[in-house]
Amino acid sequence: MQPNDPQVRWLKEPELGWTGKVYLPLFVEGMRTTLRHLVGPKLTVQSPEERHEIPEPLIYRGVHRLNRDEQGRVKCVACFLCATICPAHCIDIVAAPSPWPDRDKYPESFTIDELRCIYCGMCEEACPVQAIELTTLYDLTGKSREEMIFDKEKLLSVYDQTKDAEPIFQSWPLPAVSAEQENAQKK
Amino acid sequence: MPLERSELAESSAEPGQPQPYVWRMNFGPQHPAMHTTLRLILTLDGERIVDAVPDIGYLHCGFEKLGESLDYNQYVVVTDRMNYVSSAANNVAWHEAVERLLGIEPPRRCQYLRVIAAELARISDHLVCIGAMGLDTGAYTHFMYAFNPRERINDIFEALCGARFTTSYTRVGGLCRDASPKAIQMIREFCRFFPSVLRDLHLLMDRNRIFVDRTKGIGVLSKQEAVNRGCSGPVARASGVTRDLRKDEPYLCYRDFDFQVCCATEGDCFARYRVRLAEMEESLKIIQQAIENLPTGPVNLDPGYRVILPEKGAVYQTIEGLITHFEIIMPNRGFQAPYEEIYAATEAPNGELGFYIVGQGGDAAYRARCRPPSFIHYALMPHLIRGHMISDIVPVLGSLNIIAGELDR
Repeated sequence: MQPNDPQVRWLKEPELGWTGKVYLPLFVEGMRTTLRHLVGPKLTVQSPEERHEIPEPLIYRGVHRLNRDEQGRVKCVACFLCATICPAHCIDIVAAPSPWPDRDKYPESFTIDELRCIYCGMCEEACPVQAIELTTLYDLTGKSREEMIFDKEKLLSVYDQTKDAEPIFQSWPLPAVSAEQENAQKK
Repeated sequence: MPLERSELAESSAEPGQPQPYVWRMNFGPQHPAMHTTLRLILTLDGERIVDAVPDIGYLHCGFEKLGESLDYNQYVVVTDRMNYVSSAANNVAWHEAVERLLGIEPPRRCQYLRVIAAELARISDHLVCIGAMGLDTGAYTHFMYAFNPRERINDIFEALCGARFTTSYTRVGGLCRDASPKAIQMIREFCRFFPSVLRDLHLLMDRNRIFVDRTKGIGVLSKQEAVNRGCSGPVARASGVTRDLRKDEPYLCYRDFDFQVCCATEGDCFARYRVRLAEMEESLKIIQQAIENLPTGPVNLDPGYRVILPEKGAVYQTIEGLITHFEIIMPNRGFQAPYEEIYAATEAPNGELGFYIVGQGGDAAYRARCRPPSFIHYALMPHLIRGHMISDIVPVLGSLNIIAGELDR
């Protein structure tokens, strides 16, 4: 860009003027600004008595949970997509032949190292059966490292704890089929 | 590292007389005014700085090496942690480079949302910078008034992508999720609310004589020096360099928006402060235009490109969607980058943030080099503070806005 381009806005230095040099009038002005904030709304959230209000609970990325299906079984089919996409390599799955007829595999153990996890939400995106989700629980603490390595039972218990507040999103819209794809299908 | 005797120190001694007492002091790495783990080895003559040597590397995390093992989507979580004050701008910069490497262009709606995220990040970064600059020069209220609106920006990011700070917002050819109506509503409210914040900041500091006396004429960077030393962003623009990548090399959809590039001629700390304040106004204009003209349509590229995961509805209900979904995530079936190298730069809040990527066929880069603005700007420090007092380091550092995560990577 050239210096004389109309898209360049040259900033002028503010004039200090006699009011600035005398200091007192600007002191009054600053004080007025500060006092106006005294009566304004308070922004501090008195945690933990008050909870921070999460604007979109369904997309918030907090502690994981493993979802259950209608019969109370774990939904996961041990496809390892979440473990593959995880940038922090914090998911460890041991698959076993499923005892149920509707799937081939199920996770014998499913462990998430919550200390290693960076809460990026990629496991949730990668899951093809909506088995793993991130909840709104954000204040996760523990007294030992072992406590923070969540196994399958603990992840399922997080589901039991949060299922009422955050139900599994049920109806996904079918993808819009474009005219070209329709023609291709007809052929 | 060895310190050479500076010319300034020698000139003050008469020939044949003993040298003046010059002593060394460590400024940082743990010092409240150094914000993060920055360290300066100062050579002092009394309280006057004769020379300074920046010592970096205290926050080195090996981010560039990680880029060689994480794939193009996974690496976005690392870019969050580079400039952690404006992580969305880093996400946008990284995927801008990746998309140029792959030769794809995201849909219009995605571009607009990325612009909104990047400009919100710019406002957030500038608020930190000028707030912290006020804090370091003794204006605690100014700092609080600058930090409170950041809370709203964090809330917006929370509604956009689910995280307040480490956003990981972008994906190759799209975004992690489309903006919800509530998020758009929040951005609109922010646009209405933010001018009052700017007015407060202007009122408190623009003509505050204490602040002006501490920043005016301190750390002067001439236009010539700014160009020679590779400055970019607000630091260069405050010295009169009329360069903004959003105008000079437009990326995303910046051509669509009407905004101005803010420049000043003085090149001192006060000019950098004013440029950042004015840039927030321009960013606000961009956000307003983008949110009112937000295009409809898909936010992600068509699954036919095989770069981004298909819609969830397709994954759960159609076999083609499920196969595509698996293939994109599987390491040996994912998308193929060409054997090419690319450098793509974006105008990050601190300056030119560029990524140099060498593709090696697979879904991870052979080399993912980052050109961080903080690294170049921190090299300016000795030049800017030489001859000043120790107390002048603080506003100079504040005006450069050095983020150690980005500096050391």
